[in-house]
Amino acid sequence: MTDPSHTSPTRARANPLRRTRRPLLPPDARSRAAHLLTAAAARGRFDLPCCRGCGRFVWPIPEACPDCLSEIATAPAPRGARVISITTAEMPADTYFRERAPWRVGLVTLDCGPQAIVHMHPDAVPGQDVRLTLMLDRAGQAVLHAAPKGAAMQADPQYREMTADPAARRVLITDARHLAALPLARALIQAGAHSVHLGVPEAWKPLPTRAAFEAIAGVRLVDLDITSDRSVTDLAADLAGKVEILVNTADLPRPGGLLGPAAQVQAREMSEVIAQGLMRLARAFGPAMAGRGADGPHGAAAWVNLLSVFGRATPPGWAGYGAAHAAALSLSQVLRAELGAGGVRLVTVLTGPTDDDWFQTLGAPRVTGPALANAILKALREGLEEVAVGDVALDLIARLEENPKAVERDLARGSLS
Amino acid sequence: MTRVLETLARALSGGGVRIVDLTQTLRDDFPTIVLPPEFAPSAPIRIERVSHYDAAGPSWYWNNLSFGEHSGTHFDAPAHWFTGRDRPLGTVDTMPCAHMVAPACVIDCSDGAALDDDFLLTRPMIEAWEDRHGAIPAGSWVLMRTDWSARSGAAYAGLRDDGAHTPGPDAEAIRHLVHARGILGFGTETIGTDAGQGGHFEPPYPAHHYLHGAGRYGLQCLTNLHLLPPKGAMLMTAPLKVHEGSGSPLRVLALVEGEDE
Amino acid sequence: MAGPRGYDGIVLAVPVTVPSVKNAPKSTQWWIGRALAGLAQGSGLSHKVFDGLSVASFSLAPDTTIGLTQHFGLSPRYIDFQPLGGMSGIAALRRAARAVQAGDAEIVACIGADANGPQSFRRSLENFSRSAQDAVYPYGAGGPNVNFSLIAQAFMAETGLTRADFGRIAVAQRGNGQLNPLALIKGALTLDAYLDARPIAPPIHLFDCVMPCAGAEAFLVLREETARAQGLPFVRLTASIERHNAFPADTVMLRGGWARDVDSLWAQAGVEPGAVDLVQTYDDYPFVSAMQFADLGFCDRKDLAEFIHGHDFGVAGSLPHNTSGGQLSCGQAGCAGGYLGLVESIRQLTGQAGARQVARARRALVSGFGMIVFDRGLGSGAAILEAA
Repeated sequence: MTDPSHTSPTRARANPLRRTRRPLLPPDARSRAAHLLTAAAARGRFDLPCCRGCGRFVWPIPEACPDCLSEIATAPAPRGARVISITTAEMPADTYFRERAPWRVGLVTLDCGPQAIVHMHPDAVPGQDVRLTLMLDRAGQAVLHAAPKGAAMQADPQYREMTADPAARRVLITDARHLAALPLARALIQAGAHSVHLGVPEAWKPLPTRAAFEAIAGVRLVDLDITSDRSVTDLAADLAGKVEILVNTADLPRPGGLLGPAAQVQAREMSEVIAQGLMRLARAFGPAMAGRGADGPHGAAAWVNLLSVFGRATPPGWAGYGAAHAAALSLSQVLRAELGAGGVRLVTVLTGPTDDDWFQTLGAPRVTGPALANAILKALREGLEEVAVGDVALDLIARLEENPKAVERDLARGSLS
Repeated sequence: MTRVLETLARALSGGGVRIVDLTQTLRDDFPTIVLPPEFAPSAPIRIERVSHYDAAGPSWYWNNLSFGEHSGTHFDAPAHWFTGRDRPLGTVDTMPCAHMVAPACVIDCSDGAALDDDFLLTRPMIEAWEDRHGAIPAGSWVLMRTDWSARSGAAYAGLRDDGAHTPGPDAEAIRHLVHARGILGFGTETIGTDAGQGGHFEPPYPAHHYLHGAGRYGLQCLTNLHLLPPKGAMLMTAPLKVHEGSGSPLRVLALVEGEDE
Repeated sequence: MAGPRGYDGIVLAVPVTVPSVKNAPKSTQWWIGRALAGLAQGSGLSHKVFDGLSVASFSLAPDTTIGLTQHFGLSPRYIDFQPLGGMSGIAALRRAARAVQAGDAEIVACIGADANGPQSFRRSLENFSRSAQDAVYPYGAGGPNVNFSLIAQAFMAETGLTRADFGRIAVAQRGNGQLNPLALIKGALTLDAYLDARPIAPPIHLFDCVMPCAGAEAFLVLREETARAQGLPFVRLTASIERHNAFPADTVMLRGGWARDVDSLWAQAGVEPGAVDLVQTYDDYPFVSAMQFADLGFCDRKDLAEFIHGHDFGVAGSLPHNTSGGQLSCGQAGCAGGYLGLVESIRQLTGQAGARQVARARRALVSGFGMIVFDRGLGSGAAILEAA
């Protein structure tokens, strides 16, 4: 088995006697209307304020259109813009930016009309056409970022500051038995992760993928049962201060409605793994991660919860499972706030039924391990906060936004779509 | 006090009777029985710290325990199996206390089990043991020593693609012990009184089938059987007095003649 | 369309400067009180006689002018609150003038004042504007420097002006400031020092920036008869303009609002554009002063370089500019910065400017500008004052 504690070329060992830099956040106050942008940025959508009456795009987001005074909503907008001017804030008044000065910022005129002040990629020059992204900054608030088309985003330290690129970072995947665990471990190592630890619950039970994991350089299997206080605290004692990205894949899918004979006991077990387990992990690993949000270029960056979309809308045949995931979604909100204070992003990845035994009777399309792995990598690299994977999840979420009552009735009638 | 107990007390305090602990530590990573996942699962062993001289409880330390009845070193009562469901006094709270102190015979299968994970104790092996040590008395425990307790983790659980592979009695052996010898109960070092592959025997899980069908008991996940003589040890096996319980983890102690080593 | 009504008989008197200090543990009310005392002392009148009170401040919250009436014991018929930064003075003057003209007040005390401590600047930024909160601060652009550097670049690209051109303005101003005993920054400034200064947000460097401080400036607005009766030296208000969000269609601020109403300004004054003996521009940055020269009619924008190099902006020069040294020398005491040019012009036109007196100063142009909440300064205005 290879030793994941090797010092990679991109990651030097830190001086253990130096004080850890405490995380600061960029200015995080926003008007209530501006939170429409937060919702879009969290999902990686480029939706800008747009007048419901005349269709004009406006920036910043006003309470009424400056042309026709109609209501403002957000709408998908073209992403192009032209740079008017660029500067670097050498002595910003704000402490967060002061620590990271010089901070590169520019004034652009958007193809869809208004002007905006944006975070600026180092390759951009005045007069150039650039591509805008609406993304979440370290405070979890929406900001605009501009880069020339085709520019390497991770080459911009300001972009890296707002995202959770796995390169040179240490990752913990909590359950190696999940079908996404092996493709995710491979993808993370390929993306340049310094190491990937995977938790194996009940290691005395066979792990068919054990040899495949051990064949990947930088991967290490460790004992971890997130339903056990002792197991979680023992692993946290060794690892909590070293995890920069945590991906929680612990799950226990068991179909069953409310009324079947085994349903209550199974529901309790599912709750223990999916909800209580998440809370236990959060208590053991959360504080250390939140404290290391600004610990150098590869400090703590993201916590990913891989959850079922059934937590948002529960089919009657998945009662206990849906309830456990609903609890996990609720805990995720709280954990997001706790980690957010340290600039660590909590990513919720909602998936429909996956392509493994427990969802066998649910028809295609089911979500594969590689699809989940890719979605997680994308979320980390782009700083996303809300991700849905697969047609079933995307469809359910869209329908929930439109009319939750209709979804409830459809599911009760036995239809997932 | 009768003279027998007086004698025993003196013997226990260093005069010729010692206590051997046959119990595995109850910990959250100790393997438990694995059923097909469609069935309702037994809760895993969990020790949840409530407080530890801290803000959650400044002067005290205590835990919540949760486990299925059949976790760790544990006792099976007749009610545990369908064949024993109508037996009177078949639950842990109703069984006679007289049955909680009983003699034990230990059959050493460690050589065979070292070579074969699926080693089976057979009737000829029992009869060969009786040739050497005398007949197994009615009302005594029969303990199958395999030294399996020296293993841990995956090696202990013995799980492979086609199920568990751990030693145990074959159907004829256990039927003979229950019906012809009238044993009080059967004990093993493995998870289960039956062999790992016992589900394929006739009847399936013959130890459970015959023991509990006859109102007898089972002991599992024992350890230190190598410290017991083939005959003469006295077992103390008092399960928790759980209302209508089918079994429980317990402390299994053996009284053995002889000085401490 | 007929222009605005004139300001016949409306005068300004009693220029007051409460000396500014970089940091002081004094409240805004304290600075306002000192300014009020200066007005009372300078006018020989009890402050209780002032029946108008106009205050401009960023640091008075949660109070506005009305709380100050009880605080300082006066009972005005007219109150005003104009927290408009560099526009404060012009805005206060225009409204006070009309109130006095209509007989709604006799003597209006106009005061611009702000407190300052080590945390003041950052704290005031955080609550400055919704647009700034949503679309400026999250980008590291807290404070005006970054916003104006983005504008400056576009302005330089448009006009061909260089840092050296702006440096000429800054150096001349500092020279004037050295003649002002109340200037906070007293050393000489050379063009080399200006060019070599540490970058703040390129092309804005250290000596383009004003220093935030605490201070107060004030004057009285009243009728000429009242001033004469009291024996007060005074200056006349002969023209003024004001415009906010002047050019919403401009993608970047290459011109300020003055460009929209400059013709009206000179028409009100009845003189040719540029026919003044001194000019006080709002100098939050030298490049904005340059922009004002063009927008206020001193020259065409394309001729700015020639204009800048063709004039001596010192108090004894061809076009005395920011004769007190401006904010670049005196510091920016919040809204008091928007009063600086008016108060200095009253001194100049009444012969009270001491070592920096401009000879034969008869007419002055004062410009106000400010309130960048997103990508451009929203407020602009100007006034022309004449000696009695």
